[in-house]
Amino acid sequence: MLTKRIVPCLDIKDGRTVKGVNFVALKDAGDPVELAARYAEQGADELVFLDITATHEKRKTLVHLVEQVSAAINIPFTVGGGVSSIDDVQALLSSGADKISVNSAAFKRPELIDELAGNFGSQCVVLAVDVKREQDDWIVYLNGGRLSTGKSAIAWIQEAVDRGAGELLLTSMDHDGTKSGFAVEFTALISELVEVPVIASGGAGNETHFVEVFTSGKADAALAAGIFHFGEVTIPQLKSKLAQHQIPVRL
Amino acid sequence: MKIAIVQYNAGNTRSVQYALQRFGITPEITADPDRLRAADKVIFPGVGEASSAMKFLRDHQLDLVIKELKQPVLGICLGMQLMCCHSEEGNVEGLGIFSNSVKRFPSQENSGFKVPHMGWNSLSSCQGPLFKGLPEAPFVYYVHSFYAEIGTSTVATTDYIVPFSAALHKDNFYALQFHPEKSGVDGELIMRNFLELTI
Repeated sequence: MLTKRIVPCLDIKDGRTVKGVNFVALKDAGDPVELAARYAEQGADELVFLDITATHEKRKTLVHLVEQVSAAINIPFTVGGGVSSIDDVQALLSSGADKISVNSAAFKRPELIDELAGNFGSQCVVLAVDVKREQDDWIVYLNGGRLSTGKSAIAWIQEAVDRGAGELLLTSMDHDGTKSGFAVEFTALISELVEVPVIASGGAGNETHFVEVFTSGKADAALAAGIFHFGEVTIPQLKSKLAQHQIPVRL
Repeated sequence: MKIAIVQYNAGNTRSVQYALQRFGITPEITADPDRLRAADKVIFPGVGEASSAMKFLRDHQLDLVIKELKQPVLGICLGMQLMCCHSEEGNVEGLGIFSNSVKRFPSQENSGFKVPHMGWNSLSSCQGPLFKGLPEAPFVYYVHSFYAEIGTSTVATTDYIVPFSAALHKDNFYALQFHPEKSGVDGELIMRNFLELTI
């Protein structure tokens, strides 16, 4: 049976993990390769590396990092953050990334999705969408949730999937960082709307939140960062809890 | 040991190359028929679209070269599908090494399941040398929208919407629909088992 995926996310700045990591067993908590290897060993199903480096010049360190991760890790991984051209994607895929996530650049120029799907295949094009609830709708936000587009997420997601996005990474800005649970209702809405897999992100605080997003939320995968970095939830414990709830997981 | 990876327009060679490097092997990535014939083992990976990939192989006579290889050959993902007789993707004839047909998974509307089949799923009915030493029903990583039907060359199956061929084997030809290079330690063991094959 196809299993639900647990996806730790590593925020990368200038080639180092940021947001803090609290693993006692790591020699260097800022080394993304060491952290990634640890998660792979613990049973993570996939990894996401999100580059938040500000300058173009320093972004070159990302390609080098992706090469190091590829050399060390035997599970799939996605790289995102500031990806805006075929050349960016070519460089990351040929360094060994399995998938690339696009966000603002795709919203500003939707043809980017067609170009990437046409050149590299839909299976490696992940559309990341940051949303906030406003009245009865979900609105797309850009620039890490700082800029409202005023556009409905449902319309944008439908368009992006039609253009060739092969997977969705949905982050609810209302839930992100709150540790109060995922946006279950929104995740279910999108998961039923589109045929491609959906990764839920934002709001994970405990194991029960994952149970909710995989059952009521109909998510295919769930992403979290801080709770894994600080060991508040460990992957083996999380997976055994999911298995107790008859949610298929890779143990 | 000389390992060659077939270089063509749908070759997702990097992840296979990195996996081999983790075993201390530096593969040669080549489209040169003589280099392919001279290798101890040949890996035929692939991510892309079947009909354009087949056109490229024919245009470069790689279709004949691959079919006539005598050493162990491992097709992965699209590579496996191209080794079958026919694919619904672009309605194209394949290399015909395996008699299986390649079909598209029915849409979510008809099946209630997402397509592509993306993520970790388990193997059943594993037979043969590639699966030596693996746990029962190991999990492997899949990303695909088309699948090879079950036939006489099927040596492992996975169930997603329908049961399909997870692995094929005939003579010196082996093929995997999943990505062993991304399937954790079990995937690495399958790759090592292939590398240890002797004909």
